Amino acid sequence: MTLTLTDCLVPEAVNLGMDAENAGEVIRNIGGKLLYAGYVRETFTDAVLAREKTIPTGLPLSGKHNAAIPHTDVHHVIKPGIGLATLVRPVVFKNMVSPEEAVEVRLVFVLALDQPKSQIEMLQEVAQVLQRPGVVNALMEAKNLYQVREALKNNVAEKS
Amino acid sequence: MGQPKRILVACGTAIATSTVVARAIEEALGERHIQVITRQCKATEVPSLVQGMDLVVTTTPVPGNLGVPVIQTLAFLTGIGREAVIEQIIKALGQ
Repeated sequence: MTLTLTDCLVPEAVNLGMDAENAGEVIRNIGGKLLYAGYVRETFTDAVLAREKTIPTGLPLSGKHNAAIPHTDVHHVIKPGIGLATLVRPVVFKNMVSPEEAVEVRLVFVLALDQPKSQIEMLQEVAQVLQRPGVVNALMEAKNLYQVREALKNNVAEKS
Repeated sequence: MGQPKRILVACGTAIATSTVVARAIEEALGERHIQVITRQCKATEVPSLVQGMDLVVTTTPVPGNLGVPVIQTLAFLTGIGREAVIEQIIKALGQ
């Protein structure tokens, strides 16, 4: 069966309207929730933080909000899941393509993936969301899990 | 038609990003009837895998002087400049 983004979203690892000082705080928060929910190993958060220092995941988007997709190697993951944070004020991630550049990020998808090259449909869905400012805005405005799911449902329904 | 062109697609961990990029390249070039074979790798693996490749497309910096064209882009993730990058890829493949 094909896993959708909604299937993979871990309700316990969604933090909407989070107020964080920096990117590390967001990663520790969502990583901790993924750990608590049984999706990742204890090494996951530190591995994501370390990876972000050398190969960052900040993505400048076409709309008013930018995103980041922190993740790490598969051996830190128990089963696939996605954590989500929307931030009331931006934190700085470094730009994936040019790591010396800062990107002000308010939307963070923490990806826990257990196999390389797997979950392709779900990953394509993430990329699709990032390419649609309307869907990003709807996620940013979501106040609860229901509204997050609605935003993702509208994304899938939209023709590419 | 000649041999399919070979594209090495690199990102940080070869898990998430390059998967999306490789699929997007295959689809975009497929629509233009250009056959390509993609292989995914970590940015650090590029120098050891670049032999026999026609092009490297990467979302993170890779070492220089690889002997093949390198296109560094986020377009297949963010959509920004996507068409321009597809043209750039086609041109780099000499199609």
